[in-house]
Amino acid sequence: MPRALFEKIGNSAYISHLDLMRLFQRAFKRAGLPLTHTQGFNPRPSVSIALPLSLGVESHCELLDFDLTGDSVSCEEIKERLNSALVDGVRVLQVYEGGSKIKNLSMLDCTINLEYDNGIPADGLRRLSDFFTAQNIVVEKSGKNGTVQQDIAPMIYSLNVNACDANIICLEARIACQNPSLNPIQIVAAIRKYLPDLTPDYAHFCRQEIYQADGTVFR
Amino acid sequence: MTDLRKRILPTVQKPARYTGGEFNEIKKNLDDVRVRVAFCFPDTYEIGMSNLGMRILYGVMNEMDGVWCERVFAPWGDMEEAMRHNKLPLWALESQDPVKEFDMIAFTVGYEMSYSNILNMLRLAEVPLYAKDRRGLKNIVFAGGVCTFNPEPLAPFVDFFSIGEGEEITQEIIRLYDRAKAEQWSKDAFLLEVSKIQGVYVPSFYRHEYNDDGTLKAIVPLYNAPKKITKRIIENLDAAYWPTKGIVASTEIVHDRANLELFRGCIRGCRFCQAGFSCRPVRKRSPEVLFRQAVETLENSGINEITLSSLSTSDYRGLKELTDAMIPYCEQNRVNLSVPSLRADNFSRELMEKLQTVRKSGLTFAPEAGTQRLRDVINKNLTEEEILTTCINAFSGGWSNVKLYFMLGLPTETDEDVLGIAALVYKIIQAWKEHASNKKRGLRVHVATAYFVPKPHTPFQWEKQITPSEYLRRCKLLKEHFYSKSIEYNYHSPDLSRLEAVFARGDRRLAPVLEEATLNGARLDGWDEYFRYDIWRDAMEKCGLHADFYTTRGYDEEELLPWDIIDVGVTKKFLLRERKQAYGEKVTPDCRHGCAGCGANCMLKEVDCDA
Repeated sequence: MPRALFEKIGNSAYISHLDLMRLFQRAFKRAGLPLTHTQGFNPRPSVSIALPLSLGVESHCELLDFDLTGDSVSCEEIKERLNSALVDGVRVLQVYEGGSKIKNLSMLDCTINLEYDNGIPADGLRRLSDFFTAQNIVVEKSGKNGTVQQDIAPMIYSLNVNACDANIICLEARIACQNPSLNPIQIVAAIRKYLPDLTPDYAHFCRQEIYQADGTVFR
Repeated sequence: MTDLRKRILPTVQKPARYTGGEFNEIKKNLDDVRVRVAFCFPDTYEIGMSNLGMRILYGVMNEMDGVWCERVFAPWGDMEEAMRHNKLPLWALESQDPVKEFDMIAFTVGYEMSYSNILNMLRLAEVPLYAKDRRGLKNIVFAGGVCTFNPEPLAPFVDFFSIGEGEEITQEIIRLYDRAKAEQWSKDAFLLEVSKIQGVYVPSFYRHEYNDDGTLKAIVPLYNAPKKITKRIIENLDAAYWPTKGIVASTEIVHDRANLELFRGCIRGCRFCQAGFSCRPVRKRSPEVLFRQAVETLENSGINEITLSSLSTSDYRGLKELTDAMIPYCEQNRVNLSVPSLRADNFSRELMEKLQTVRKSGLTFAPEAGTQRLRDVINKNLTEEEILTTCINAFSGGWSNVKLYFMLGLPTETDEDVLGIAALVYKIIQAWKEHASNKKRGLRVHVATAYFVPKPHTPFQWEKQITPSEYLRRCKLLKEHFYSKSIEYNYHSPDLSRLEAVFARGDRRLAPVLEEATLNGARLDGWDEYFRYDIWRDAMEKCGLHADFYTTRGYDEEELLPWDIIDVGVTKKFLLRERKQAYGEKVTPDCRHGCAGCGANCMLKEVDCDA
């Protein structure tokens, strides 16, 4: 089954996971690349996207698994044809065969830009760096079974704090993304809870790269 | 830093509605653009993006050199709140530029209950509501769509209306504007010139005078304005523009499918139906053209469902030829073909069986009235026998879901007619018991009743609407006569239909009511979450008007009607004759059994009426 590595940036970050699946199904059709369909009462085109992104989060490392029927087409051509049928912001970077099993996907790098309209608060960088060295960082997580307490510290493997300019602090974090998985929004939730005066006016999230458990890049 | 709009987006529901950037969206280089049009749909993105008229005219305008038409939709409540809180004026999707920067602001109006959205959108755009307060050529507001067959309640807000089908007239209007802008005309000079285009109605060129009893006394044309505005039609649909490269929404919309338009107009003449009269004469597209448009549309969009649209699909003469070509293509390309508005005739039954290979949806009928007598009054020639035969076939074929739509409050309706609905439903349940192939699944009969709203340009345009309490009494009466557990009965709340009736037959004096109600928060009235009748009742009271005047009063046949200025092709004489037939409980056969002489065929010069 071939796999596509794609980015989802700009306005396309506001397309939901379900809508993105439909968008790809239509893009394949427009590109003249017929997808195989699932068996059963209600056949669906076989496309699946690993690790759904939250609305508004950008990414440079999304994975789409799909299966084509009909004449065989080279990976390079699939990429070209898909890109001419996709919307602004969704761009296929690479198409390849023989991708690793999704279950081996373990962690990812993300950047979190903390935007402060009135400038970075005094001592903000140091306090953030210190804060994320703590052994336990417990925040609320609301899920299907109500709100639970979640310790996010064990899921943050590394976190660098840098100033981008006078108004933006950039966090570069490597975090767990599958069994268990950490939604980077929780990192900002922790700041809001424990360092309320460092709560940013806006936080912008972007996935940068995905890895296996041993630290090699996942493809 | 992330801009304000992008900061808001993650906080609202379905943010993809506000970003634009969909496949096939049209972007132009501003250096090449002389006229910018903000094309506004007065409801949400999901509704507006499903509207065929908007898709057609978006394409028609963008085909023009030097013209860039962009889309604008009404924001949902959460976004509206965020916009007001952050003082963000309403923007157009393609460029994300504020609407107030556009040359022309166009509205397509298909539903009376979206009038509040028009005013609300103008306010959100920071554009003055009243035409008289917009002094220059910039921000000229014009409107079209079926509701503008009675444009009066919107008259003071809109600079001019474009009446009828828009493919040609819209281009004529914009070409004139292009010249006016280049030559720096005054707004008055432009309005005077645009009023000379057939189908354009400039409401400020007419003075309305009223009698002491509140009825309309005279419509006085000023500045030599035409006495009648005749709607525009496209004679040759095969040669008309069709959007085969339409925008593919990135998020789910209400009708998320490709469309073909088989024909315009209707041969049936159901006496309550505005479209059935105001969209005449009947003009068809040929099956070859339709098939070509289908293939192009599907290939350009990647969508896997296509609908054959019209007012009554079974009446399309080329239906067999078209579906014979479409079915194999759709099967081969995994496309669902949906054919709504079929009548219960033999060919349609066969066709339904062929389409069955894909998916089994429910059966839907709109008998509208419960007894044959009342169906004759409204000229809905669907017989009980036809309904039952179709149901029996369907039940033996394994269907177990029936939807039935009726209206309450039709002219001459008695309790007997109301109970006739219950009787019909029981016959359907009986038919299921006798013929169902699989009884284990159980039967579901969904019955819905609507509150009859008399519409302009129909034989019922003079009728009284029954009072809300009488309507509710009839609903209750009907409900008491539904005993089976298989029946699910829903009825519309009367408030919305009463208000719809007010605006459908309203006059200019309602404009301040719109202003007042929207000031007090009325908007998105078509949505239960937002509709608040009390706002409207208070606004009417404050403006010294009463809903009864426009609803339960009824209009006199001699009375000058606010929409008499608009000529949709069907003569008043014909409508009166049809009204008489209705009260005589006499049907008028469909146009193919002999021309009934509605007058609309006189609009055609190149082709004959396809009835």
